[in-house]
Amino acid sequence: MTQMPLYQQVLTVLLCAAATMITRFLPFLVFSSKKPTPLLVRYLGNALPAAIFGLLVVYCLKDVVWAAAPHGAPELIGIAVTAGLHLWLRRMLVSMAVGTAVYMVLVQGVFA
Amino acid sequence: MMKEKGYRLAALRAAFPYTVPILAGFAFLGFAYGVYMNVLGFPFYYPFLMAFVIFGGSLEFVAVSMLLAPFSPLASFLLALLIQARHLFYGLSLFDTYRGLGWKRFFLIFGLCDETFSIIFTAKRRLPQGVDRGWFMLWITWLNEGYWVLSALLGGIIGGLLPFDTTGLGFVMTSMFVVIFLEQWLHEAYHFTAWLGLLAAGSCLALFGAQSFMIPTMAVILAVLLFARRPLSRHYLPQAAEARTAQPAGAEERGGH
Repeated sequence: MTQMPLYQQVLTVLLCAAATMITRFLPFLVFSSKKPTPLLVRYLGNALPAAIFGLLVVYCLKDVVWAAAPHGAPELIGIAVTAGLHLWLRRMLVSMAVGTAVYMVLVQGVFA
Repeated sequence: MMKEKGYRLAALRAAFPYTVPILAGFAFLGFAYGVYMNVLGFPFYYPFLMAFVIFGGSLEFVAVSMLLAPFSPLASFLLALLIQARHLFYGLSLFDTYRGLGWKRFFLIFGLCDETFSIIFTAKRRLPQGVDRGWFMLWITWLNEGYWVLSALLGGIIGGLLPFDTTGLGFVMTSMFVVIFLEQWLHEAYHFTAWLGLLAAGSCLALFGAQSFMIPTMAVILAVLLFARRPLSRHYLPQAAEARTAQPAGAEERGGH
């Protein structure tokens, strides 16, 4: 459970909601369908997603302690299993379920 | 309105089959989200309320770490904007589709997540005859939203009662982003920004530490994209030079996850 006072929790969640709504509503508020979509927006819309997803993968690993045992081995193995399965079967739920299960076995049993 | 009675129900019947794959996916992800928060010690109404208020899968997971970290409203807001920035693109793509739908438009835009975007985008092309378009799209949006929120609630309630050790379940978030990253990678022929995201985040993490690397990373990514816009446009903005058309930007480019 969080150490945050309630008002900070509410504010954090509302800011997340506001950011989400801004990104969903903005195109409908800003752009006219009679004019072309600005090229910069189209460029960023195509170029950003891959960078964001790469950033998010690193974000998930930010608390891994690489210097001490097990040197991030459960994370790296879990990612390898997830990615390998996904490249093989392209079934999102299978890749996630098996990758997570392998990771859980590793942290609960093998590297515990 | 001069519509025959039952047109809402007819639209629901037409919409439901399209949402079945999402039901399966959200039942797992939403449930995992609820369990994840439960395991971290949050009461069951937290995942429910957050799923309802935020309704953006990946951000909801990240929001949990925001709640567990020291309060930093600006960083949270900017990170949320960056994570959700892809929605701008969905809005551009459905701009014309959502026109003239009155009050429904608000709910359609409110619930425009990756999955709903991809379903509506594909379904609107082969809409069954005689079905109310607005209600059809609204039902898809609401059904998906409902699946997610209820799964999160269920996960939050059942979470702690699961008869097995849930240590490491949080890895479901990591694996989700790995899969989404891979999907994006497989979809693109040119991987510059995929590498940019990984390398910028990796080096900023090493330089600034886990607590404060996100904003520098975002700044680096945006700066590189803006400075290298000309050479990169060739890869990320096909036909930019010749065709400056009014068509919504490459709607077929992405299919959500």
